[in-house]
Amino acid sequence: MSTRVSTGGRLLNKNSELAFTFNGQRLTGYEGDTLASALLANDRMLVGRSFKYHRPRGVVAAGAEEPNGLVNMGQAGRFEPNQRITTTELFEGLQAESQNHWPSLEFDVGAINSKLARFLPAGFYYKMFIHPRPFWKHIYEPFIRQSAGLGRAPKARDLDTYEHYYHFCDVLVIGGGVAGLQAARRAAKSGARVTVIEQTPHWGGRAVVDGGLVDGEPVDKFVEQIVSELETMENVTLRNRMMGAGVYDHGYVLGYEQLRDHRPDMPGPRHRLWRIRAGHIVTATGAIERPLSFAGNDVPGVMLAGALRDYLVNYGVAIGQRTVVVTNNDDAYRCAFALKEAGLDVPAIVDARMHETPPAALQRAQELGITVLEGHAIASVKGGKRVEGVALCKQEGTGDPLRDIACDAVAMSGGWSPVVHLWSHCGGKLVWDADQACFRPDVDKAPTNDSGQPFVTAAGAANGHFQLADILEDADAAARAAATAAGFTVRKSKGPQALREPEAPMAPVWLMPAQADIKLRSKAWLDYQNDVKVSDIQLAAQEGFESVEHAKRYTTLGMATDQGKLSNINGLAILSDALDRPIPQTGTTTFRPPYTPISMGAIGGEARGEVFQPLRRTPMHDWHAAHGADWEPVGHWRRPYAFVREGERVKDAVNREVLNTRRNLGLLDASTLGKIIVKGPDAPKFLDMMYTNMMSTLKPGKCRYGLMCSENGFLIDDGVVARIGDDTYLCHTTTGGAERIHQHMEEWLQTEWWDWKVYVANVTEQLAQVAVVGPNARKVLEKLGGMDLSKEALGFMEWADGTIGGFDARVYRISFSGELSYEVAVPASQGLAFWEALMAAGEEFGVMPYGTECLHIMRAEKGFIMIGDETDGTVIPQDLGLHWAISKKKEDFLGKRAQERSNMTDPKRWKLVGLETLSGAVIPDGAYAIGEGKNANGQRNVIGRVTSTYYSPTLECGIAMGLVLDGPDRMGEILEFPGTEGATFKARIVDQVFYDKDGEKQNV
Amino acid sequence: MSSPVSALGGASFSEGIARIDEVALQGMITLRGDLSDPVVQKTLKPFGDGDLPAAGEARIEADRGLAWMSPDEMLVLCPYAAAAETVAALQEALGDAHALVVDVSDARASFVVSGPQARDVLAKLCPVDFSPAAFSLGMFRRTRMAQVPAAIWPRQDGALQLICFRSQARYVFDLLSVAAQAGSEVGMHVQG
Repeated sequence: MSTRVSTGGRLLNKNSELAFTFNGQRLTGYEGDTLASALLANDRMLVGRSFKYHRPRGVVAAGAEEPNGLVNMGQAGRFEPNQRITTTELFEGLQAESQNHWPSLEFDVGAINSKLARFLPAGFYYKMFIHPRPFWKHIYEPFIRQSAGLGRAPKARDLDTYEHYYHFCDVLVIGGGVAGLQAARRAAKSGARVTVIEQTPHWGGRAVVDGGLVDGEPVDKFVEQIVSELETMENVTLRNRMMGAGVYDHGYVLGYEQLRDHRPDMPGPRHRLWRIRAGHIVTATGAIERPLSFAGNDVPGVMLAGALRDYLVNYGVAIGQRTVVVTNNDDAYRCAFALKEAGLDVPAIVDARMHETPPAALQRAQELGITVLEGHAIASVKGGKRVEGVALCKQEGTGDPLRDIACDAVAMSGGWSPVVHLWSHCGGKLVWDADQACFRPDVDKAPTNDSGQPFVTAAGAANGHFQLADILEDADAAARAAATAAGFTVRKSKGPQALREPEAPMAPVWLMPAQADIKLRSKAWLDYQNDVKVSDIQLAAQEGFESVEHAKRYTTLGMATDQGKLSNINGLAILSDALDRPIPQTGTTTFRPPYTPISMGAIGGEARGEVFQPLRRTPMHDWHAAHGADWEPVGHWRRPYAFVREGERVKDAVNREVLNTRRNLGLLDASTLGKIIVKGPDAPKFLDMMYTNMMSTLKPGKCRYGLMCSENGFLIDDGVVARIGDDTYLCHTTTGGAERIHQHMEEWLQTEWWDWKVYVANVTEQLAQVAVVGPNARKVLEKLGGMDLSKEALGFMEWADGTIGGFDARVYRISFSGELSYEVAVPASQGLAFWEALMAAGEEFGVMPYGTECLHIMRAEKGFIMIGDETDGTVIPQDLGLHWAISKKKEDFLGKRAQERSNMTDPKRWKLVGLETLSGAVIPDGAYAIGEGKNANGQRNVIGRVTSTYYSPTLECGIAMGLVLDGPDRMGEILEFPGTEGATFKARIVDQVFYDKDGEKQNV
Repeated sequence: MSSPVSALGGASFSEGIARIDEVALQGMITLRGDLSDPVVQKTLKPFGDGDLPAAGEARIEADRGLAWMSPDEMLVLCPYAAAAETVAALQEALGDAHALVVDVSDARASFVVSGPQARDVLAKLCPVDFSPAAFSLGMFRRTRMAQVPAAIWPRQDGALQLICFRSQARYVFDLLSVAAQAGSEVGMHVQG
């Protein structure tokens, strides 16, 4: 059984006891515990069930590589699934629940899958569920989704906040173990700005647990001293609880800082995503121990040797009272020594190697009275929910049991793999190190920057150096390389020296015993989280999945939330063996960021709630909100769709607004319309190119409606252009087009006509603009006074500057409604005051504000087009009958040549017409008119579509515009438009101007 | 004429790790022209205290000064009430030189972020190195602030001032308030 022991526990504060619950049971731990160490201290060996077979699973590791210890944490708005207990710091009141079982962790019905394992081999789902095809979508997939999955998806809104932080440094060191700390100190002495990030709350990494001497001092003293030295250096930043999540091009790194996970009661953001630009990156990310593949290596109580040592030294937790150590290397002997020192029993070290001369570690074991069984292996582990013993066999053989040893824990070590993830993220290559049986960074093929130079250097264990002396030496060299690459000079001086301990070479052992039979191989786990066994990989190889990427996807090896941190190397070694080819030829799967999963909240940062998206607000926005505005998003703007009164439906409000504007007086907030100043001696020539119509002939004081096309001839924007002076124009754009058209103009000026003397400026936001519309429009402006706005003084399509009611104003006599209409621009800072003045003065004239839907209906009644309704990026002005706005005199304009292409001049292009329903009903938006016959897909041929459709309160019927084949030549014909719910709408082709065809109302 | 109002009417936030204050209306004039043209230089220099800011720089004292916006654009700061007359004066001084002068005072909003953590608050939102060594007095940075454009400069009093578009003032103020929320200290560029 696992218990707390009196020795060890260097990370604990035993004076501070913390209470927490696991599956509803109240337990206690100490400050400094991880959730895993606290559970193990309470003898909670069983922490979850596996994904596919629902096998009982316990903690295997002590860090980020842990595959089994995943729990649902927290409640409601603080609920989060798949939290890794080995990296979760314990806090008072922590609530955790194990995952993937029903009805309980101890008794799980799904465990029947384990009995059926023989019938659920690799690729089972692919083979079983492929036929009949329709079953996948409707039966198989819903069923599999129901039975699969680890944690529950959160349902409540996340109560926490998150943020980003932009950081810049010369040298970024990822990993705060001895290699990272030494590299940081060395680099910092060059004067470089150095940042060190460490994923755990502690500095020094494994070295502190594993021990050793540096410059004659114990390594923990060395760590203490170097950390305090770094803390005093102004050019050094130390951040712990911050993981290097990903390395990207140009020295860009994402750092994932967990601020409040260990103290959720504190105010402030929970996670902070650091977006770091580093001159050079040192990856001192250490190494991960590999499991050994033997039958029953997933029984709770079988643990990585290094992890077992971590729990003992760091947390004072003994996983077992009798621990069998099984290894292919010297490092695991440390585990046996540590256990012995703590007074715990080690019945045997099972060493798969045969030694000609006993190595130092073996000698020491014998001195301590530990039995070392050379050339031995574990044939199988006894026990279900916890280890009860092991059956031993010869490593060279098929697994005939020789003897049993009773024990309650197994410490296994298959060697160490450098953490090469961050090195690999941005293209660093790996080499196979046959002596240590691991992939390590290929120093000649580092990730390179914009000038082809390496921008990442691996250091220490992450670079394949596992001896303390080598690690420090390598870190020193890495720091020199990094600082030099970042443009700093490193003075030569001696680095710290560690005592070199003699070690016997490790022996690659990928399967235990070497010729294990199928029964054993079917119980030898590679990937714990996704339940992939040695036999599955062998089956995949047998079935032809030779590429490691294919074998991965077929078996799901390495595809779980741990991304195969423990399983990948073992898996590809088995694959290589099955295919009888060397491991480097098989290669690895691709390492992709993030190193471990990071929260979605951290990725989103501050962008949620009110600041999810930048809403743009006009100066009158708050007034609209206070007067019943039903909002419509237009780009990032919010515009009132209608001003809804108490007791009114939105459509009633729209109809009221239309009728009132046509009969009395309406006000529209038109501030969002784009306004671009174009100035310079070449401005007339420039605008002649930008618009299809002639702008150079426009007289100052006059306005002209213009169309803009892309160089491909398609209509991209429209608006009224006012000539302000000989060399100055003001171009109105659509609301959504202001930035786009400004950029369009700049692009042509900067790239094509760079020698033309034209400057443009976007002044959209400088001005608040109000459309004053309706028969009483002139009356209200005259009441406010200050300008002569009579028909004679300011004719249709003219503009004038002046003051109205004391406001500096520019008045355009333009109309998008067909009514008498003025658009008045005032400084934005007075927009609200002007609006309120108009509302007050307009009261006697029946003033009402109106929204975008009223605007749309009125323009449709007049047959005016709307960019985005009548156009969709494939429509040219000729389709819309706008030939009058396309100059035939100009030698060129943007889109002219494109509009001469055969497809654009094709008489069969659909053309704009008006549509009048026979019943008076409103045709659904986007409805298609059907023609004769069917197309190649067996669908009815279509001969037109609706582009705008409204109920016209003015005409008291549905009106629409649409693009129709030969439309203008078919006036009076009746088309059929099938609707969405079985109804078919019949509509007559008519002229699209439904109201006031002669334009008399706007000319009064 | 009614009295002009700024976008948020002088909003402020002080419950966090930095103070956010909307600045009263500020006169701002965009001048686009050939900045190497002697006439343009002569026109602008008085506003920069006899000097023109180079790329990435500004010469700003209180509500007057110059800020380099792009290779052919300078932002002229002046008291709000003087904007119209300054536009006229600039135009006159430029004479026939090809240039565009336009009042953009009302197109913008401006905020001051102050307190020891001001730089860290902005570093949460802008991809800019805000360390005092990298971003010092006299510098001016056009950048991205979360999802919108902004321009930022350090002030003599140690605070940072920024301008954004008027329509986005509420978004920017809310952003700054979120970034300055209590308990969100970063501890990187703490001043004073």
